[in-house]
Amino acid sequence: MIPPTRWLPMPVLSMLLLVVWLLLQHSMALGQWILGGVLAILIPVVCRPFWERQPTIKRPMKLIGYFFRVLGDIVVANIQVSKLILDPRGQMRPAFVEYPLTLKENFPITILASTITMTPGTVSAHLRLDGRTLLVHALDVGDINALIDEIHQRYERPLLEIFES
Amino acid sequence: MLDTMIEGVIAFMLIAGGAFAFIGSLGLTHLKDFYMRLHGPSKTTTLGVGCTLIGALIYFSREDGPVIQELLITIFAFITAPVSAHMLAKSALHHKLKPDPRTRGNPVELESERPRHTIEEAPQGDSPLP
Repeated sequence: MIPPTRWLPMPVLSMLLLVVWLLLQHSMALGQWILGGVLAILIPVVCRPFWERQPTIKRPMKLIGYFFRVLGDIVVANIQVSKLILDPRGQMRPAFVEYPLTLKENFPITILASTITMTPGTVSAHLRLDGRTLLVHALDVGDINALIDEIHQRYERPLLEIFES
Repeated sequence: MLDTMIEGVIAFMLIAGGAFAFIGSLGLTHLKDFYMRLHGPSKTTTLGVGCTLIGALIYFSREDGPVIQELLITIFAFITAPVSAHMLAKSALHHKLKPDPRTRGNPVELESERPRHTIEEAPQGDSPLP
């Protein structure tokens, strides 16, 4: 990883901004490189005070694996939710589930909460202020403990390995 | 042959996208309480938009060279949808909206210390304002 300096406090974010700028402009002209570069340096410097310390990604390969697993799960979860919505009998078993977090840093928790919302018939509703419990609303759940276990095994364990182990 | 297959993929993506967007909207009208209604737009409609955009990505890439904007839009949609769903759920909890009676689990966030309006506080007379 590139070490952060005074004028480049978040190198990864700067790179990302430049790449996104060039892709959105759909041009590799010199002017776009200069403008994108100026923005990529300026934006992180200006919004630096609002950012948390950036976590280090310990295992980038696992992150890619996690990305594709979540992508597959999004499709599966959507077919499940569609079935539930279209089911004329409407037999749903909604529940509020308090999910005990093992993750400690804010960024991984954000990823986990987003994953929970996108995937298995659940929406993460509230992160308690102590940062230890995530309140989750599930659309159709039989066994609450099984759901907690599934989220832990399938999503939180890999995130722990990627960011905190 | 290859052309027909690519067109088939585009058509499939567009139809799947439309179907998912429709089902998500249907969920908005059919589900019983706010928290359940949140599931439709946050998941199903997002995937619907994603499918449509991927169809558009393939179509325009075939017409005039590789186009990447649609992919970026898809990624942004998938990053922002959970955040807005989370904020909606948070504000619902803040307003202590009643969940469907079948909902199991009783989070502390929904326990009210006192009823919102006692009879004395409730608006009297024929004022149109609440």
